[in-house]
Amino acid sequence: MFQTKHSRRHGILPDRPRGAGVSGIGAFGPSRLSGIWDSRFGICGLGICGLVFLLTLPAPAARAADPGSSPAGEVIDRAQMKVVKIYGAGGFRGMEHYQSGILISPDGCVLTVLSYVLDSDHVSVTLYDGRRYEAKLVGADPRLEAAVLKIEAADLPCFDLAKAADLQGGAGVLAISNLFNVASGNEPASVQHGTVSVVTRLEARRGTFETPYHGPVYVLDMTTNNPGAAGGVLVTRRGELAGMLGKELRNTLNNTWLNYAIPIEQLRASVDAIRAGKFVATPEPAPRKPARPATLASLGVTLVPDVLERTPAFVDQVRAGSPAARAGLLPDDLVLLVGNRLTQSCKSLQQELETIDRGDAVKLTVLRGQELVDLTLPASDQE
Amino acid sequence: MSMFPLRTTQTSRVGLLVAAVLLACLRPAWAQGGPAPAVLEAEAQRIAVMAKVKPAAVAIFDAAGMGGGSGVLISPDGWALSNFHVARPCGNAMKCGTADGRVYDAVVVGLDPTGDVALLKLLGRSDFPHAELGDSDQVHPGDAVFAMGNPFLLATDFQPTVTWGIVSGVRRYQPPEGTLLEYADCIQTDASINPGNSGGPLFDAQGRLVGINGRCSFEKRGRVNVGVGYAVSINQIKNFLGSLRSGRIVDHATLGARVATEDQGRVLVTDVLEQSDAYRRGLRVDDEIISFGGRPITTANGFKNVLGTFPKGWRVPLSFRREGERHDVMVRLAGVHSKEDLLKQATAKPPQIMPLPKLPNPDEEDDSPGKSKKSKGKKPDGAPPKIKIKPGPMPFGLPAPPVPMPDAVKKVFQEKHGYANYYFNQVEQDRVWNAWKARGDFTGLRGTWKVAGKLDSGSAFRLRLAAAEAALEAPAGDFKWAPGPDMTANLPPPGSGGLLPALHFWRRLAVEGPKGFDEIYYLGTAPLAGREGLADVLVAGYRGIECWFYFDPGSGDLLALEMYPAQESDPCELSFSGYRQVDGRSLPGRIEVRVGEQRYGVLMPAGYDLAKK
Repeated sequence: MFQTKHSRRHGILPDRPRGAGVSGIGAFGPSRLSGIWDSRFGICGLGICGLVFLLTLPAPAARAADPGSSPAGEVIDRAQMKVVKIYGAGGFRGMEHYQSGILISPDGCVLTVLSYVLDSDHVSVTLYDGRRYEAKLVGADPRLEAAVLKIEAADLPCFDLAKAADLQGGAGVLAISNLFNVASGNEPASVQHGTVSVVTRLEARRGTFETPYHGPVYVLDMTTNNPGAAGGVLVTRRGELAGMLGKELRNTLNNTWLNYAIPIEQLRASVDAIRAGKFVATPEPAPRKPARPATLASLGVTLVPDVLERTPAFVDQVRAGSPAARAGLLPDDLVLLVGNRLTQSCKSLQQELETIDRGDAVKLTVLRGQELVDLTLPASDQE
Repeated sequence: MSMFPLRTTQTSRVGLLVAAVLLACLRPAWAQGGPAPAVLEAEAQRIAVMAKVKPAAVAIFDAAGMGGGSGVLISPDGWALSNFHVARPCGNAMKCGTADGRVYDAVVVGLDPTGDVALLKLLGRSDFPHAELGDSDQVHPGDAVFAMGNPFLLATDFQPTVTWGIVSGVRRYQPPEGTLLEYADCIQTDASINPGNSGGPLFDAQGRLVGINGRCSFEKRGRVNVGVGYAVSINQIKNFLGSLRSGRIVDHATLGARVATEDQGRVLVTDVLEQSDAYRRGLRVDDEIISFGGRPITTANGFKNVLGTFPKGWRVPLSFRREGERHDVMVRLAGVHSKEDLLKQATAKPPQIMPLPKLPNPDEEDDSPGKSKKSKGKKPDGAPPKIKIKPGPMPFGLPAPPVPMPDAVKKVFQEKHGYANYYFNQVEQDRVWNAWKARGDFTGLRGTWKVAGKLDSGSAFRLRLAAAEAALEAPAGDFKWAPGPDMTANLPPPGSGGLLPALHFWRRLAVEGPKGFDEIYYLGTAPLAGREGLADVLVAGYRGIECWFYFDPGSGDLLALEMYPAQESDPCELSFSGYRQVDGRSLPGRIEVRVGEQRYGVLMPAGYDLAKK
């Protein structure tokens, strides 16, 4: 499905035997360490300590039973404190009123996904300790579907966007989010474990996944695509920031859902600009428009009346002898694709046509009954 | 597909261990790119743990083989845990398959519809492999856990499916469906839990049972795992285990008060029932709950979590604050449901928290190359499958077609109103009664019991207990009580809550046994203030008075008696201790009398004269 090379290694084992790998064993093997792990606010570099500890101690000692916390628990505890629960608009079935967010500054900047949840005058953020704040939308990058919120707080635990891990396929990761709004108040967010299946670009999926973001993503082998999970954090097994869990994405063709996170690297510049108040939304470079583009009229197509926000692009009439008629387009066909571009409405179909020169053939994919039909309409410059 | 190779044969495990050892010796080998020895060792350990606990996993099917789920054995004589929503549709008798390919008859023992737990008993062996119970309070997010069970009823040879994951969250609260199937204080895991896993075990990395899987968050993908499963914590089940062994349909508890989380993170009482014990112990609206059941309370969910782990009737510590002053009380918890309501709900079609999806036609599946043929054919021991289980469509929640109860099950099943299986209540009653009787047989001593001794004040007292009258001579005066048509017309001595009638019932149980009461049943186990562990409880009713008798499960001695002259009132509590031998019978040297928050006094009997006639 993904054209990029599939580089996932076997099982849950991280790809690096040192570092993340070995702390991964400490974390997820049968051993649990006592003593030095007990402090909740442990020092940085615990993973390194764990590495040394595990390599130098004989196995039985490393497996000593303990009632307290484990290295994984430490990593998770610290990461969970930097994940917030966000509540806003929604509340209908399929339109949950909650999502997740990541604290990115001690004074209360929160990175999250741009969604309808934020379309409210009252967006609230609940911290790990149950403290609740009204949040202000600082800004958003619609191209990344990323937003930055601000709460009036200080001395908060947070991730540093400048220090994000760059992951490869096979890396062991943890996803922390408030999926299904399982946690409320001071209850810690949910943690899931998995592996980066592959690092690829969402662009490859245009036409099947509806998203403005086309850049690289970490595709995950765990189900992170759950209600409320978007905006949660992806960290390495050592707790290093790696990505933000993306919005729900469904493949419209086969009804599968993509589990992915956007690498922090992709978000950093925009987030910094938003925080600095200098953000200018950079729209996708507009395709060059031909001087004489194809039009519905030139192709001989009349669509149904465009009465809705997004009226599906159903064909109403086909003019006899027109390029559309010659290609076999029929009334009631639903135009899904122009070339490889999704046409979700009458408007977007017309917009797509504006990028095609009247002297070129137009490829359409239409839904006829239950069947997908590919048609090539001949050039319409004679019309 | 499992996420890592899960080998089940001995040779491959040995091979892996050898490989691990070799690799450990030849460090350069892994340094050049092979897996680190610690990785291989962790893998080998994981495989060994799974192999060790696998025999305890149980595949449960209804007697007709049409539906089912999973379970886990917890004792050598066949006690097994599962979900209420798995056991109930199976009816009173079910078939249980274990990993060695054998099928056992099993019978329902006790049901907890609110907590979604069922206790079953597998029949036919006294040496069942069984799981060790863990301590779910020591489970933390990130801990490795694995589930075993029979998702989608895949395993026609009862080999459990293993799914591995981490603890995603602990102390989760998942609200009930209606008033049943409330998952309080549960464990959330990303190990795959699918329909059919219900009732199966969640083990920690050491193979200790920490939960019973039973619930998932689902949404848009249909009823398959999305990395969010929930297990009933084993510590909650430990609280209920005694009650479940009673063969009853057990109820959960309510404090009789509502609480809400305030903005500042305080939990305040918003409503208290005046009939509740909490009200009698002084709890009022706007009081701040500090701790409950020994756990600090910071949110309303946290309160519900603690409450959900207790059976009806337990007495637990509650601390609350009012105007800066802290109050620590013991509060007795009432039931969530009325008895009839619970029965009605428990016997109705259970909510489909995890029904099984429609599976492909088994006959078609048999024809597909290499899929189910392997599961149909050879067993590890080469024996043919004992019964044919069709992994067909699951009419979940529908009554199974009537199948005659096997004779082995008939012997251990007795239907009675209010019970899942009254047979086991009788067994437990007999056990407790016989253990007490072994400490002293009073059944022949039907005459007047004369007891003399001192009060804790130092003054002398004399007590006469006979079938028709109880009398006490003490410095405060002489008091008499006789059982009559209205047992609670007076409860002498005044302020004692009914010391004389309570002593009368003590003698009545000793002399007449369980038959001396209108009704008696084994409640299960419950805590007693000031004592470690749980006590066996017999509840006896006589002419509208209810008595709770607490017995030491170790020695068999009677520890306490609580006499309730009326519902929704404080009982007269007698605590018995200082047992010593009198004429070959164990009798208490100290009887402490309490009512409500107050200690009424202490009787210290010096001599007993128990007449035969």
